[in-house]
Amino acid sequence: MADSELTGLTLAEAQAGLGTRAFSATELTEAYLDAIEAAKTLNSFIVVTAGRARAMAAQADQRIADGNARPLEGIPIGIKDLFCTEGVNSQAASHILDGFKPHYESTVTANLWAAGAVMLGKLNMDEFAMGSSTETSYYGPTINPWRAEGSGAKLVPGGSSGGSATAVAARLCAGATATDTGGSIRQPAAFTGTVGIKPTYGRCSRWGVIAFASSLDQAGPVARTVRDAAILLRSMAGHDAKDTTSANRSVPDYAMSVDKGVQGLKIGIPREYRIDDMPPEIDALWRDGQAWLKDAGAEFVDISLPHTKYALPAYYIVAPAEASSNLARYDGVRYGLRAEGSDVTSMYENSRAAGFGQEVKRRILIGTYVLSAGYYDAYYLRAQKVRTLIKRDFEQAFAAGVDVILTPVTPSAAFEIGAKTKASPIEMYLNDIFTVPANMAGLPGISVPAGTDGRGLPLGLQLIGPAFDEETLFAAGQVIEKAAGTLTPRRWW
Amino acid sequence: MPVDTATVKRVARLARIAVSDEEAETLRGSLNEILGFVEHLNEVNVEGIEPMNSVLPMPMKKRRDEVTEGFRADDIVANAPVHDDGFFVVPKVVE
Repeated sequence: MADSELTGLTLAEAQAGLGTRAFSATELTEAYLDAIEAAKTLNSFIVVTAGRARAMAAQADQRIADGNARPLEGIPIGIKDLFCTEGVNSQAASHILDGFKPHYESTVTANLWAAGAVMLGKLNMDEFAMGSSTETSYYGPTINPWRAEGSGAKLVPGGSSGGSATAVAARLCAGATATDTGGSIRQPAAFTGTVGIKPTYGRCSRWGVIAFASSLDQAGPVARTVRDAAILLRSMAGHDAKDTTSANRSVPDYAMSVDKGVQGLKIGIPREYRIDDMPPEIDALWRDGQAWLKDAGAEFVDISLPHTKYALPAYYIVAPAEASSNLARYDGVRYGLRAEGSDVTSMYENSRAAGFGQEVKRRILIGTYVLSAGYYDAYYLRAQKVRTLIKRDFEQAFAAGVDVILTPVTPSAAFEIGAKTKASPIEMYLNDIFTVPANMAGLPGISVPAGTDGRGLPLGLQLIGPAFDEETLFAAGQVIEKAAGTLTPRRWW
Repeated sequence: MPVDTATVKRVARLARIAVSDEEAETLRGSLNEILGFVEHLNEVNVEGIEPMNSVLPMPMKKRRDEVTEGFRADDIVANAPVHDDGFFVVPKVVE
């Protein structure tokens, strides 16, 4: 098979082809390594682990030949730079982690390797996952493989998992790991026409994932189809004694739920997500989604989540507060960058000044401020109380019989590189207005491509479910995917 | 309540990040925009509401207080910018 045919296969199709020996894991891996080499201009991979990929593929071929194939045997995937990978640079796309090569493997990636997946390399992201465009990376922005019709302008892939979303959309890997603290899986998935799921908080272990905001961070996959996302999540998820917030529950075979359908499902439409300046094409997309799900047998009900508009302001207290604490460890002593100083304090201050980018500094300072003496109650405590109310809104909707909630993912399609970096930081933050509430409540959310805007750019719909009901998200997501079709960017790179 | 440049510098000192006067001025602007944005939370009545302490209801996991992974000093210092004989090296702290 030609390279482009191999990389054109979905993860599920690649599994089938490997199973029937239509091609080998080595051939599949080489096809992806060639595709990565040819797509350098997109800047999605910041480390390519070609040697390791070839060795893992050879081992996979051996296991397939021996009849010992594991669930993801020979499937080449990319890893967001936020995951610690043993012996491979893991730098959260930050200058301050220069040269950091962990002596341990994150639980999620260890699970994937134990399932037979092949590691292609590390994927670009916003520095420490702080951003919505992958423009805050120390390694420069990732370029969206999508371009508006008739335009050569470079667009952002969203963020923070922009490298993951780009690599999947551009067929540079069969699937990718990502993380989502306020929308960092779902928003880039929407901007690139890929599927991304943020599982329930606690579903995937956070151990070995470089921490941003520990009560919000959750790992999940970005994939080409709903089925591929379901297959990947099953191998990523699971209880881990090394993460005290990891849920001790069995992991379902998510692929089994993909074709379950939505007959009789009650889907909530939250009125608070109809924001004032909602672009008509987002509204139309939302209506299309309702029509498709209705045709498939779902019932719709209008619901109210009254504290929705407070989710983003509360997030911008809670997330920076936790970040200021988590990022205190980067001090020029234990790993990464050190800038000299006249004494130990100035060494800390100079290392952190040189190593952190503007957005990270901004969030550390906000976090330090809201936690400082005299302000804790006014900001942090109040935000945590508001968080209780946000979560209660969802709980009441689900208790009233709603199975899943349908919303847009983003208020717009992908924007141009540089378009939002000069304005107020709030303008960038508003990208996450529809995704942040699920993080604040710890709930699972999936982003599924649902159509394009007037310029031919992908848009996504989000489904939010009750805790640990990822299965319903896959079932409903599949109905949207079936109606909307999958989206593939035209190759220009 | 907006912050002034002196407050930005004090907070930067607490966060151990060196900032120039020019940087402090830029940060003051963006921090005030963010603080202005989060002011909306004051509209919410939080009387009698418990703060969220645990995202999902689950008892805190406990384990025996014993060494699970030890004797890995070489691994631990391997990524340090400066280390010597299993120790991290920092500028002199006590004269």
